[in-house]
Amino acid sequence: MRVTLRYFAWVREKVGRAEESVELPAHVATIADLFAWQRSRGAGFADAFERADVVRAAIDQAHALAGQPIAGAREIAFFPPVTGG
Amino acid sequence: MSVRVQREDFDIAAEVRALTDARTDIGAVVTFSGIVRGAAAGRALSAMTLEHYPGMTEAELARVEAEACSRWPLQASRIVHRYGELRPGENIVLVVTASAHRQAAFAAAEFLMDYLKTRAPFWKKEADAQGRGEWVDAREADAASAERWRSGE
Repeated sequence: MRVTLRYFAWVREKVGRAEESVELPAHVATIADLFAWQRSRGAGFADAFERADVVRAAIDQAHALAGQPIAGAREIAFFPPVTGG
Repeated sequence: MSVRVQREDFDIAAEVRALTDARTDIGAVVTFSGIVRGAAAGRALSAMTLEHYPGMTEAELARVEAEACSRWPLQASRIVHRYGELRPGENIVLVVTASAHRQAAFAAAEFLMDYLKTRAPFWKKEADAQGRGEWVDAREADAASAERWRSGE
């Protein structure tokens, strides 16, 4: 499955990019799977995704939980807990 | 009902006028504005930069506003949130709620702020006097403030 991945704030700084298009391995089915896959992609990714509890995700611009399936997603984003207002 | 995400400043009086002009069904307007502080944790700040997720930000603010409208009888509401580099004293966010009576307007304004703080995809980076930047951590207290609106559901 080909999907656009986007990164914000310190997650973006750690992985060294704001956006990329990737072909995901077939075994990556949920947000939690995606976190595990990201950790295997090198030092910056391992550092950014070291603590799954402090990185949030969104599927197609809506907040997503760890167990959520990613099938059919066009855009998945990763970011720290939000600090608006 | 409207939400806006913009780099430029907003004029509070003009935003209120846009909601109330030519209407006589509004008896109460509450505005909240958030402003950049000049210090954090005893450290002087030179600037605060807000990053956001274009597209999701607008969608999330619209969802939060729709939720407020389903909970309180609002005649009108508006959320304006800025992004980019802001200096101490500059406006960050504006929430306006208009209702027939004050209770709904007060409660909805507080709800909107509590919810957007924990849901709208913004991230703040504070720069100190030397220009060194540091990401602001999400506050437990903000999560607790948003959570209390769930009680009784």
